[in-house]
Amino acid sequence: MLSSPYINEKTSVFVIMLKVMLALVPAIAAYVWYFGPAILISLTIASVTALVLETIAVKLRGLPARPFLMDGSALVTAWLLALSIPSIAPWWLIVVGTFFAIIVAKHLYGGLGNNLFNPAMVGYAVLIISFPVQMTHWAAPYSLAGEHLGLADAAQYIFSGLLPDGWKLDAISTATPLDTLRTQLQLHRSVADISQMPIFGSIGGQGSEIVVLMFLLGGIYLWLTRIITWHIPLAFLGALALIAGIFHMVNPQHYATPWFHIASGGAMLGAFFIATDPVSGATTPKGKLIFGAGIGLLTYLIRALGGYPDGVAFAVLLMNITVPLIDAYTQPPVYGHKGIAK
Amino acid sequence: MEIPRDQIEAGSMTRQIYSFHGGVHPEENKQISTQHAIAVAPVPAHVIVPVRQHIGQPAKPCVAVGDRVLKGQMIAAAEGYISVAAHAPTSGVVTAIDLHPVPHPSGLSDLCIHIAADGEDRWIERNPTDYRNMNASALRNRLRDMGIAGLGGAVFPTFIKLNPGVPQKVQTLLLNGGECEPWITCDDMTMREHAAEIMQGATVMRFMLRAETVLVGIEDNKPQAIAAMQQAAAQCDFPVEIVTIPTLYPGGGAKQMIKTVTGKEVPSGGRSTDVGVATFNVGTALAIHRAVNLGEPLISRVVTVTGNVGQPRNFEVLIGTPIDELIALAGKHADTVTGHLMGGPMMGIELARTDVPVVKATNCILVKSAKLFPPPPPAMPCIRCTRCADACPADLQPQELLWFTRSKNFDRAEKYQLFDCIECGCCSYVCPSHIPLVQYYRYAKSEISAKQKDQQAADHARERHESRIARIEREKQERAEKLAQKAAAKPAADAATDDPATVVKKAAIQAAIERAKAAKAADDTVATPTE
Repeated sequence: MLSSPYINEKTSVFVIMLKVMLALVPAIAAYVWYFGPAILISLTIASVTALVLETIAVKLRGLPARPFLMDGSALVTAWLLALSIPSIAPWWLIVVGTFFAIIVAKHLYGGLGNNLFNPAMVGYAVLIISFPVQMTHWAAPYSLAGEHLGLADAAQYIFSGLLPDGWKLDAISTATPLDTLRTQLQLHRSVADISQMPIFGSIGGQGSEIVVLMFLLGGIYLWLTRIITWHIPLAFLGALALIAGIFHMVNPQHYATPWFHIASGGAMLGAFFIATDPVSGATTPKGKLIFGAGIGLLTYLIRALGGYPDGVAFAVLLMNITVPLIDAYTQPPVYGHKGIAK
Repeated sequence: MEIPRDQIEAGSMTRQIYSFHGGVHPEENKQISTQHAIAVAPVPAHVIVPVRQHIGQPAKPCVAVGDRVLKGQMIAAAEGYISVAAHAPTSGVVTAIDLHPVPHPSGLSDLCIHIAADGEDRWIERNPTDYRNMNASALRNRLRDMGIAGLGGAVFPTFIKLNPGVPQKVQTLLLNGGECEPWITCDDMTMREHAAEIMQGATVMRFMLRAETVLVGIEDNKPQAIAAMQQAAAQCDFPVEIVTIPTLYPGGGAKQMIKTVTGKEVPSGGRSTDVGVATFNVGTALAIHRAVNLGEPLISRVVTVTGNVGQPRNFEVLIGTPIDELIALAGKHADTVTGHLMGGPMMGIELARTDVPVVKATNCILVKSAKLFPPPPPAMPCIRCTRCADACPADLQPQELLWFTRSKNFDRAEKYQLFDCIECGCCSYVCPSHIPLVQYYRYAKSEISAKQKDQQAADHARERHESRIARIEREKQERAEKLAQKAAAKPAADAATDDPATVVKKAAIQAAIERAKAAKAADDTVATPTE
């Protein structure tokens, strides 16, 4: 016989995951608009791979397949991974990344709710370390691309690596603004100078800054529907802006503006959709602030001083390690214990 | 969370109200049972009065089988300090005093006094109490003998709480009309219909506590009750403040209500009197009025019968009325009955059977159907979304407590203040993974309590064992000394061996040999030592 309570709020893990995916839709639409439909193919490959791998893993672990497949978490992981890597990446790159996300990072750690590390970021980290070349060919914004990849051409390129006759890879792909900034800085050019290059938009990257704005809108939707709290995104972006601002003030020639850092790379996606993953993140309000700020700080340090153009994934994974410690030391006072010396 | 939520007008006074952490907004479902006035349930042919309807020691029957009893006659007297009396709800003959199922999730039986009603419903002589000219302790004992226990659900003996304390600790008398549980409307209807009597009860309580402030906390989803209580408060010769609080479950919980109206938190493990507040349910105030001013003991209460019944409504019911007879009064609904709850859907208990009696704690009988209470979806893994922590009115971290309970890491669970959990059910209610969190915490609490009991028993056994060893040692010593004395008393023929020390030594050696023999014999016969 059950004990109280006997009623539940009409919600489920699936509803939460569905809202997260819904919040990603405007950004995906903007992505298609500015960079072409290739992202739809990579999202599909990642989704199908994730569902197949999830089914296999759930079956192997002897769990009922239906409720676990229906929780939607594998799809969210797949989408976040696909949005983190180049949309025109070869199909096997997506499959390998998804495998590491779903099988290694999630199920080998005990499945939904038990993973120490953010699955999508584990997948990303494996790819950027193992396949750095493929990970730098990003789809160029339509406004700058010499040739426009349609849906069929994109599918052909992703699955076979072949472009239509006469097309060159350079015509459809480019390095990201963060990567460009990095390589150009090594050539001793100034930030102001580099920012004049066509890949840069008004504050971030050409086109990508609109995608980033859509991530922000989606994130606000998640906050309003109470899927996430404000703590992690605000601390993440705040810390990133703060340290970027300090570096920028000290040497504006060499360090980009804080708003550029917020509007580029994985910062916005990371702040609202990745660092807020509840399973691998801190849970207490104070803990969330520390966790978010740590990611923001590490992201900047990796971007500005480290060996990779973007640092969100490594920052998230590094902060994932600290979660048990953060949570243990940030327990809020319990009712009736406030003011009582421990 | 010391944020003033609102400034509420109450007569000429304004009171700043505060908010407690968390809380949820389940569907209220209160309207359906407030369409009709409180109906008086008929006297049943047979009543069953459990001797333990309150927290504490059971009352002791003071009637015998075959006795004729009058309505309101004491049939079981309080025994021990934390106890109250029980009374005959109607006149009739005591037919049995034995075990009978009582409202309990496991269908547990307890000692009950059965009375066959004679249909006359004849009262015992009722005498009002001149409480203003009465010794304080005698007055409290009178309430104990009138069977008054908290009607909000905890059924703690009220007379114990009506002690101002030495030195005066209570400044505020707080009447709780929060009634935050969904479906339940008995307090709402009681306030609507008996506001003046509740205030008369409050007058007695204020006198007993020598309270300076009298507050009544009511959730804002009961405008009619608020109006009635405000009107009654205006008639009082002392200031009473009706505090309208936002509807937010569990705002009617004593600790949450105190936080809301005073901004103070009852210290963990402490009582509300520690922050100068004595809290009573409004129904308890009504019972006190009847006991003191009318001389009527607590033999009836208002019960909401709602859910899957023909006409949900409130009944004034005699304690001891079989619950199935009460449910029948509300009529049948077309849907199949899938169970019965006593109390609300958040904290109520599922009744294993319905031939159990209405007791002082019975505030609501909620009849279930599959439509109203669909079975919960299967539990999924915790994704640490912390909705539970956001909803927890005790500021706990339910997701951590779940983790510790599952891994049987009870020490950690205790360190994370598991015992401050009030089992309100908010965490389970909001959980998107449908994990029965409260069940886990109940399990952890009982495991920890059992372990503590085992530990105490083990400590006790060890102490007993040690004192036994000491006693044996002491007796041995005494025997040896006696032997030595005997030896010393012998004539000095063997003077050389007469050194008392040698004799003691010899005796000790002899005793040791005997002990070894005895131990060996014991080992041979008993395979396992008993101590």
